[in-house]
Amino acid sequence: MQTTSERAVIAEFVDVHRHYVMGKNVVRALNGVSVQVKKGDYLSIMGRSGSGKSTMLNILGGLDRPTTGQYRVGGRDVSQLSDDDLSDVRGREIGFIFQSFNLIPQLSVLENLEVPLFYQGRVGAESRAKAEYLAERVGLGGRLEHRPMELSGGQQQRVAIARALMNDPLFLLADEATGNLDSNTEKEILDLFDDLRADGVTIVIVTHNPKVAERSDHTLWLKDGQVEKLVDNRLVDGRLVDNRLVDNRGGAATNGGHA
Amino acid sequence: MIRDTMRMVNLGLKSLMLHKLRSSLTTAGILFGVASVIAMLAVGEGASAETLKQYREMGVTNVLIRSKKPEETQQSSTTSTMSVLGYGLFYQEADRIQNLLPTATVVRVREFQRGIIRGENWSSTLIVGTEVDFLPVTNMKVVEGRWLTELDQQRQTNVCVLGASLAKQLFPLENPLGHTILVGIEDRFEVVGVLQYQGRAASPNGTTLDECAFIPLASSRRRFGDTVRNPSTNRYENVEVHEIKVKLPTMDEVVGAAAVLDYMLKPAHGNKKDVELTVPLELLRKAEETQRMFNLVLAVIASISLLVGGIGIMNVMLATVTERTREIGIRRALGAKKKHIVQQFLVEAGVLSALGGIVGVGLGMVVPLAIEKFFKQNTDILPIHVLLAFSISAAVGVVFGLYPAWRAANMDPVEALRHE
Ligand SMILES: Nc1ncnc2c1ncn2[C@@H]1O[C@H](COP(=O)(O)OP(=O)(O)OP(=O)(O)O)[C@@H](O)[C@H]1O
Ligand SMILES: [Mg+2]
Repeated sequence: MQTTSERAVIAEFVDVHRHYVMGKNVVRALNGVSVQVKKGDYLSIMGRSGSGKSTMLNILGGLDRPTTGQYRVGGRDVSQLSDDDLSDVRGREIGFIFQSFNLIPQLSVLENLEVPLFYQGRVGAESRAKAEYLAERVGLGGRLEHRPMELSGGQQQRVAIARALMNDPLFLLADEATGNLDSNTEKEILDLFDDLRADGVTIVIVTHNPKVAERSDHTLWLKDGQVEKLVDNRLVDGRLVDNRLVDNRGGAATNGGHA
Repeated sequence: MIRDTMRMVNLGLKSLMLHKLRSSLTTAGILFGVASVIAMLAVGEGASAETLKQYREMGVTNVLIRSKKPEETQQSSTTSTMSVLGYGLFYQEADRIQNLLPTATVVRVREFQRGIIRGENWSSTLIVGTEVDFLPVTNMKVVEGRWLTELDQQRQTNVCVLGASLAKQLFPLENPLGHTILVGIEDRFEVVGVLQYQGRAASPNGTTLDECAFIPLASSRRRFGDTVRNPSTNRYENVEVHEIKVKLPTMDEVVGAAAVLDYMLKPAHGNKKDVELTVPLELLRKAEETQRMFNLVLAVIASISLLVGGIGIMNVMLATVTERTREIGIRRALGAKKKHIVQQFLVEAGVLSALGGIVGVGLGMVVPLAIEKFFKQNTDILPIHVLLAFSISAAVGVVFGLYPAWRAANMDPVEALRHE
């Protein structure tokens, strides 16, 4: 039984498998992953190339479905939803941030911000006010009429973050969000993540960069489609955390995640 | 709802603006298709409308029998120019026709050219000697005074009714009623009526009904006889009746009556070939048939040109969808359902072809004006044709945009996001 001070689980993998059938071979991109993301978490996912990070992110984002196992968002199993219903989950519960920003070039900043609400049928005076507020929030007030091409990479990524927040998502999902940015801009974006987090926004990022991962609370290490370990970055020695988030096979404290 | 549609159209325009040249070229395909359809229909309509109107004015329940000068034979050319050439219909033939077709209205017409003098004004005029029923058979109306009566025929009175233009010409300032005009050298006729303006031909030589003077047939025979000098051949010709108009009560009886008349006229006129039977209804039907064929050919040409335009649209939309795979992935990640993606690209294709349609309608309406001005050819733009051309063009966009849009919507979002 959880105590009342425990935070709500907003996203949960229950023994998730994702297999790709390639002719006679089966690639087990995810091979039995169980993870919980709780409200207010700041989680990074790391692992070697091919370990299953992107696969996990796609399922977390509702872009892909598990082959077996459950993926629960806000307590609801979404692994068997129809395409339309899954689209609604993405549109309502998830805020995407991409490595290459992925703003729509022919739309202004304001219009880009309104896209998620447009598909919920919620574009209007309210969405405009919200866009203005969030643009201000990410430090881009007064740029609403600009085109993406007129902004720097860091600014574009700020717009993308604001866009991800437009639908008040359960969590932000960032894929190498700072991969295309120089180290100064990277720091600014990570600072922004810290700010958001301080406001209670839940953040999940996938990264190759240990420096980026370090700034998150926890780092989930994947290996061959399975959870290798979960490290608490807030502890000086970076010890493995308890089994709150993951069944960590009882491993001893290690620095492995920070090698 | 309306705002969302506006937004989608706006978005479509913006996306099309990404490739201005490509979009305009595609639009041009539809544009010329629509413009040529409208222009062709307008020319076709204009050309046939004149003919159809003419046949309708001849009266669709009428059968017209005209006296026709037989072709000159060797023998006749050697005869003296002083001899009189007699041909054509006879007065009594009208009675025989009436006997054969009791329900028909039969009217005889004599025509000859004479000078008319009224004070200072002179006019060489086609004098039409005819009967009371001429008015209902030709569907004409008197605007002032009266028409010729049975009594006029019996008494062979010298009264006349003037066509609208002739009345204006002879009496520019006064009311012609009650005045006298001089016909030929010595015959004075009192004007008793003026006809409504018609604007249509009275005889094959192109004179309009409005330029004619109408007198009782009996008076014509009494005062001027049946022999007239033909000014072109300088020979005297004897023709009793130039035309007999037979009006049937209904259209259904026209074809049968025409056959009866043809049979009846054969013994007297078959060899000489000096009468000609005209059935306006048959001419009208033939002309309509021709028009239908013409329209069918047009429709085929139109479909081909719009098909070509449609293929252009499909081509461009397929390229657009491929180019914007990533955008599709982004939109899907941000919550767009398949139907939203379909809508987006359908609207874009629709906007593309509707733009072509709008400009095409404009061009299609200007071209006929130019044709009218430079080729003196009647054209007639029907609103229904414009509407048809435009809606077909818009539909072409949607139909040919369907497959590209479907392809866009069915992309795997993960693949789409990974694109490039
Ligand atoms: N669409 C697919 N079809 C077949 N196999 C796939 C597919 N996507 C991923 N895989 C396989 O699944 C495994 C995990 O891939 P994934 O992309 O999740 O790794 P990753 O951790 O994101 O790697 P990287 O760090 O290189 O991005 C790999 O072996 C990969 O080849
Ligand atoms: Mg990856």
